[in-house]
Amino acid sequence: MVKKSPTINGGSTADLAFLCLAFFMMTSSMDTDSGIVRRLPPPLDPNIKPPEIRERNVLQVQVNLHDQLRVNREQIDISELRSVTKDFLSNPFDDPHKPEKREMDIPGLGKFMVSRGVVSLQNDNTTSYEAYIRVQNELAAAINELRDALSRERFGVTFANLRNDELRDAIQRAIPMSISEAEPRNDGGQR
Amino acid sequence: MSRFKEKGKKEIPAINTGSLADLVFILLFFFMVISTMRESTLLVKVAMPRATEVHKLEKKSLVSNIYIGQPLNVAALGTESRIQLNDQIADVSEVQAFILAEREARNEADVPFLTTSLKVDKNTRMRIVTAVKQELRQVGAFRINYSTTKAQTAL
Repeated sequence: MVKKSPTINGGSTADLAFLCLAFFMMTSSMDTDSGIVRRLPPPLDPNIKPPEIRERNVLQVQVNLHDQLRVNREQIDISELRSVTKDFLSNPFDDPHKPEKREMDIPGLGKFMVSRGVVSLQNDNTTSYEAYIRVQNELAAAINELRDALSRERFGVTFANLRNDELRDAIQRAIPMSISEAEPRNDGGQR
Repeated sequence: MSRFKEKGKKEIPAINTGSLADLVFILLFFFMVISTMRESTLLVKVAMPRATEVHKLEKKSLVSNIYIGQPLNVAALGTESRIQLNDQIADVSEVQAFILAEREARNEADVPFLTTSLKVDKNTRMRIVTAVKQELRQVGAFRINYSTTKAQTAL
């Protein structure tokens, strides 16, 4: 006669399943929103004239109605924009055609040569949003890479992993997010 | 006919509860699959562009969404890109009132941290986006977020 093996009490597996259910309900993130964060400038006062910026301090980035990119009136490919922007903002060899720097005393970093360069972004009214975001993304990437490099050089970690708020602030002041958006062009008409 | 004859009184067997766990798991998976946590039903088509330099928005309660894209109901609303605020299609001029209403609903201390998330379809022309941004500047909602999906590799 075959001996009957004792059955395992399965009543508690339901409780285990409920535990799992509760755990996953707690930990699952409900599609958090993500994107490129920007700060809009306050509205312009018509009585105050905008400050003059010298030509060497401006990188003119234009996206036209065909989503083509022009930097300082020269057509380039989007893949080049990141390195062009990095080169412009850091100006490693103090090229007289690239932005000036001014010495600033930044707490946490000491004396630092801060670039006065400004990226001027102009699009057409009929530029597609996708092209606009790609340009914004490349500009953000250029600044993030510069910040990463500085952060690694001074503090040994990337900017994203830098936890100290004071040091983050110092890096942000040393390499400011200087993107200014110009009034859009209207070459595309009512398209 | 002895085969079908009842063999005396039998005890009622206990119901096997072993499969209860499986049933709970099936429910779990079912709800995991069907639940998409969206607060407002979309009236416009929003296929967001991709980007690599994205940040997660931390406090979801401090984010107000503005959707821009082609209306789903093309027959009634045409193919021109439109703005959706809350649950209805709106005009550019209504953006300021929307932001003020959003502020009204929040704690006063949180107002400076309110972020406006622009969820814009990638084929939208910039004209309408620029107009919305100008309205946001006028009303003082300076913190904005261009909502994108995260691209793993370089574009």
